[in-house]
Amino acid sequence: MTLVLNQVTKRFGKDTAVNHLSLKIPEKEMFGFLGGNGAGKTTTFRMILGLLDITEGEISWNGEPINYSKSHLIGYLPEERGLYPKLTVKDQIIYLGKLRGMRKKEIVSELESWLERFKVPEYMNKRVEELSKGNQQKIQFISAVIHKPKLLILDEPFSGLDPVNVEMLKRAVIDLKEQGTSIVFSSHRMEHVEELCEHLCILHKGNPVVQGSLRDIKRSFGKKNLIIHADFELDFLGDESGVVQYKKVAEGCELQIENEDVSQQIFSMLQGKGFIRKFELEEPSLNDIFIEKVGAKYE
Amino acid sequence: MSKFWVILSHTYLSKLKSKAFIISTIISLLFVVAVANVQSIIDLFADDEVEQIAVIDESNTLFVPLSTNVEAATDDFELVEFNGTEEEGKEAVINEEYKALLVTTLNDKRLPEASYYANDISDSGNQIQLEQQVQQLKIALATGYSGIDEQELMEINAPVTFQVTALDETAKTEEELNQARGIVYVMLFLLYITVMSYGQLIMTDVANEKSSRVMELLVSSAPAVTHMFAKILGIALLGLTQVGSIIIVGFILIKSKQEEYMGGIFEYLGFQDISPAVYIYAIVFFLLGYLVYATIAAMLGSLVSRVEDAGQMMLPLIFLIMIAFFIAMFGLEAPDSTIVKVTSFIPFFSPMIMFMRVGMLDIPTWEVILSIGILALSILLFAYIGAKVYKGGVLLYGRSSSLKDFKKALALSKKDS
Repeated sequence: MTLVLNQVTKRFGKDTAVNHLSLKIPEKEMFGFLGGNGAGKTTTFRMILGLLDITEGEISWNGEPINYSKSHLIGYLPEERGLYPKLTVKDQIIYLGKLRGMRKKEIVSELESWLERFKVPEYMNKRVEELSKGNQQKIQFISAVIHKPKLLILDEPFSGLDPVNVEMLKRAVIDLKEQGTSIVFSSHRMEHVEELCEHLCILHKGNPVVQGSLRDIKRSFGKKNLIIHADFELDFLGDESGVVQYKKVAEGCELQIENEDVSQQIFSMLQGKGFIRKFELEEPSLNDIFIEKVGAKYE
Repeated sequence: MSKFWVILSHTYLSKLKSKAFIISTIISLLFVVAVANVQSIIDLFADDEVEQIAVIDESNTLFVPLSTNVEAATDDFELVEFNGTEEEGKEAVINEEYKALLVTTLNDKRLPEASYYANDISDSGNQIQLEQQVQQLKIALATGYSGIDEQELMEINAPVTFQVTALDETAKTEEELNQARGIVYVMLFLLYITVMSYGQLIMTDVANEKSSRVMELLVSSAPAVTHMFAKILGIALLGLTQVGSIIIVGFILIKSKQEEYMGGIFEYLGFQDISPAVYIYAIVFFLLGYLVYATIAAMLGSLVSRVEDAGQMMLPLIFLIMIAFFIAMFGLEAPDSTIVKVTSFIPFFSPMIMFMRVGMLDIPTWEVILSIGILALSILLFAYIGAKVYKGGVLLYGRSSSLKDFKKALALSKKDS
């Protein structure tokens, strides 16, 4: 059940929302879409779901195009949350579940276990408008996964949730993945993508800027972070060759360096200068990569 | 269960259970019950006492024939001879012993004259009846004096024979025309009310799903066209339930009061013997008429982002149905006019106007079939455009609701080449 996007392009009139995007999302994988506002994430999802026609290129899942005959295998959590405010949680999920090809009985028992899991069994017969935004989000999530989809698309799943609920939802997403669901999700919170995804793609104004596995992306980025906490002045490091960025912090400094070797030069340079409490070489964070790749494009 | 049925039954059941629907149905039913019992209700408030009108007959010959005639003509009041002066009589009326005082005399030509005194003369019913009776008495006396006998008098007074016959053999008779007019009236009102209320319901329902953003989820699980038509038919079913329950209650009430009503308003409306073809046309035109307006309503509803904007979008639809309604009303009096003929082929107007022509005139079958054909084709066309707009429109959010949105929605759903 591999999802393949091949040179997918979407234009609205003269504007190009997504430009030649090619992806391969294998089964049981979690794939992250990163990008600022208007980067084309939601447009891409809508194309995958068939809500928008593709201008050029093609999307296939398991070698076949995605259409409504497969909608019972696909789950979708839209960015704009939407439920019927006047309906009870139960009626709501029954309706949406039936539309995904389930029977009422299955839906109710599934819903019960999900509500139990999210620690809100009392919401069963409450109207959606009575729930808080975060709890509506849980119901929205249940509506996306109630039919045990093989492909789950989550558009900004964690926005507007408190940390406890974020953890709860993350756990649920990971469990689904382990049960064999391919998950595609978008976020502008780097740490979520970093934590959950093996593969990712950074979109910027419709263009895929970086894509591949998290490890490869970090490795090929080359630059590393070096954190030094010392009792003496470190300002001179800012002018060293191989140091891309110098940032002074309370206990010392944080450097971005061109490659690992630079750290060794600096290490020997610091010998005998005084007491060093911390000397740490770190992989770049996704945040650094994102800012570098996307930030550079802004200039 | 296919998705179409899931959406249809959800639309139907969730509306059926809604407070607004239950309350409006109950109010309509109460109204029907009230109308059916209108006679009993009027009787409830009417006093049974027969009003008495005092008569001072100065001629001493008029009272007996006059009171006999009044007794034959009405139950509302009776005449009582008053023995006293005119002043005493007026006094009695002021004291409300009598409803009124009538003073009758014979003039010098020995013909009756009368004066009527009452506390107020706003209730002119009694007064007019009395005047007629005195008039008749006068005619009887006058003709008696001039030697015309009763037989001749009856012939003079008998209504003239004025028969209307259409020379075209297939043209409808006067009687048939009246019948047709009745059912056309009913059909026009029914279609008008249905489109107004259920069209609005469709539109707000779509707008509602859009504004609560549940739409994106819906169109990701079922095609927009399926969704649109399931919605249209679900609400049509809801309408049938409401109208049907009113008709059934009405029918039962009428059956139970058959003697009271038969031959009254129903004969006037021509419901007693209408050819089945007219009923079939009524159903066909009604359904097609509903579909054409409902499709447009759904399409327009998909263009607004908020329920509040739906009213604005409803306006063009209301104008169309109103124009159709007025042309049809005009056509009832002049079904042969050119404007009626032309508009009976225009899809928005044809359900009402072609049906009116079918009912009122004898028109060639090909014209009816052509009109139905145009209507059916335009429904398909609107459904096609509607589905396109719907698919794009449900993803379109913005403040304005204009033609620009219409184009944008179309573009959103269209494949760029």
